[in-house]
Amino acid sequence: MWTYRGFVLGSVKREFQVRYLGSLLGAAWTFISPISLIFVYVVVFSQVMRARLPGVTDTLGYGVFLCAGVFTWGYFTEVLNRCLTIFLEQANMLKKSPFPRSSLPLIALLSSTVNFAIVACLFLLFLLLTSRFPGPALIAMLPLLLIQQAMAVGLGVLLGTLNVFFRDVGQLMGIVLQFWFWLTPIVYPPSILPEWIRSLIESWNPMAPLIAGYQQIVLTGRWPEPTDYVVPVIIASGSLILGYLAFRRLSGEMVDEL
Amino acid sequence: MSRIVVQNLGKKYKHYPTRWGRLVEALSGGHLVRHRPHWVLRGVTFDVGPGESVGIIGLNGAGKSTLLKILTGTTVPTEGSVQCEGRVAALLELGMGFHPDFTGRQNAVMGCQMMGLPRSLISEVLPGIVDFSELDAYIDEPYRTYSSGMQMRLAFSVATAVRPDILIVDEALSVGDIFFQHKCMQRIRHFQEQGTTLLLVSHSPDTIRMMCQRGIMLANGKIERMGDATSVMDYYRASEVLRMDAPSMEQPELTDSAPLLDTRERKVVLANRTSGAISADIIGDTNSIHSGDRVSIRITTTFSRHYNDPHIGFGIRNKMGITVYEANTYTLGDKTRPVSPGESLSATFSFPCRLSPGTYELVVGVADGGYGFGSFEHSLFFDQSFMLFEIAVGKSSGWAGIYDLQPEVVVE
Repeated sequence: MWTYRGFVLGSVKREFQVRYLGSLLGAAWTFISPISLIFVYVVVFSQVMRARLPGVTDTLGYGVFLCAGVFTWGYFTEVLNRCLTIFLEQANMLKKSPFPRSSLPLIALLSSTVNFAIVACLFLLFLLLTSRFPGPALIAMLPLLLIQQAMAVGLGVLLGTLNVFFRDVGQLMGIVLQFWFWLTPIVYPPSILPEWIRSLIESWNPMAPLIAGYQQIVLTGRWPEPTDYVVPVIIASGSLILGYLAFRRLSGEMVDEL
Repeated sequence: MSRIVVQNLGKKYKHYPTRWGRLVEALSGGHLVRHRPHWVLRGVTFDVGPGESVGIIGLNGAGKSTLLKILTGTTVPTEGSVQCEGRVAALLELGMGFHPDFTGRQNAVMGCQMMGLPRSLISEVLPGIVDFSELDAYIDEPYRTYSSGMQMRLAFSVATAVRPDILIVDEALSVGDIFFQHKCMQRIRHFQEQGTTLLLVSHSPDTIRMMCQRGIMLANGKIERMGDATSVMDYYRASEVLRMDAPSMEQPELTDSAPLLDTRERKVVLANRTSGAISADIIGDTNSIHSGDRVSIRITTTFSRHYNDPHIGFGIRNKMGITVYEANTYTLGDKTRPVSPGESLSATFSFPCRLSPGTYELVVGVADGGYGFGSFEHSLFFDQSFMLFEIAVGKSSGWAGIYDLQPEVVVE
């Protein structure tokens, strides 16, 4: 794998080049679309629709809350969805060219990470400009993101491998992710849920404590509670192991099926 | 270094009648077998020593491509093992993963990265790639603007930028114009001289004989024959000729569709007159004909009724359909004898076969009552494609064209 680092990094770079190839503004688009997203979430939701979080007096509170959840959720699903289809998309290359197969999910993870890093930086810049910068607790984002992306890659590789043999997996995941999104307190605060659903979600949805953590860090600057993340860590490592096992066992047969 | 060891290699593809069958099998953990096994390769064992060159030949579907895919590592074998020591370069699918919107140079860098070359080496070999591909100023144009020949040239240059320990070549890919093809062959030969192990897959026995010491013939996923290149290629050619002429021998009336000398009406009658019992043998010095060999063509036919002046003719057409030679016992001034019903007549034409190597068609004709400059009263049989035969590269190779004039040279 190490010998092929040039290929992996080169592929990530090329993915960016391809995206803006032939456009006049080029790389500027990388910044324009996240800025407009932040604008929509913060200005439109907070100012135009006057959405407020219960118990928060800050007028921009809901917009910041929304950004913290939506951007990180987007990062999660981007990696998951790309891993889900990457083997099918690269079928021709897999069949005809010898290179380490594991570089494909790695390329997906890295290029999504670059995307997310740009969005995150712009969002932090916005917080800084509106003097809402959360302070040292921000560092706690990193381990949470690590858990989240381990889960995304593990699930993605596991399901992506199965998707080669049963294309139904890909179709099903589209629906599952819809439900998952709405069953995670991203656009709404958990406090509006009935108690029994809330406890169900908090104990069984590994994304719920992660998203809640981001929202809490960004809104209040408070450190997240490590004990909340036992379940996500277990699920993340479990899916990583399962994904690895499935990939190792089926990557050979996968080429025959493509 | 640079040795290939293949042991008892087998590849099985699974055919599932329905998609549900796969699910049932997966859920049962493999206890319920719902697939039909299909072995495309089985029990293949051979090894290629350092610096050795081995050619693999076989008909379509013999398992050649599967073997190559396993050797290069894109496909995993079902059983057996493959060991390739050293860096392997494969010229199978050139330009895989090249992006149409990037320039030739960007794609060249990517191609090198895909081969796992370190960054320092890539910048070192890049000028050589640009130079060898002869793309000059086009190297900084988008790949999609290239002609297919230019794309191939770039891909070949990238794939062979660094001398590999093992080179695997599928000769089916033709690279660019004749001049560039020659350049590619030279580069491959140069690698051979420097100790690269070569594994060449080709449909052309001649190419293999020229490039390789050893040959392997694959048939139905097994090694049919293995040995020195010449004898394996002769065997392959002989088996191919057998396969090609079998149907036409059984059903000579199929010559219906072939263009006829006389009217169509007559031809239908003719097949009956000759009883259809026509055979042709091409006899060379060995079991295959090499350019320059002395060759005899014997044509034998049985007549169903009485003829006064029967004649037998032959012709040779090349791949392009051009008649290289055509004559018969009448035009050659031979006397024949009258035949009665059931009688056979055979004519043998012997000549030094100075034609260039390649595939040829044997034209066979039988007619009665010659007159004028090679005309006949009755055409009895005529088939422009009676059988196919192959002429292999001969001893004297210092000429080009379709016919060896064997000129005497005087330099003054």
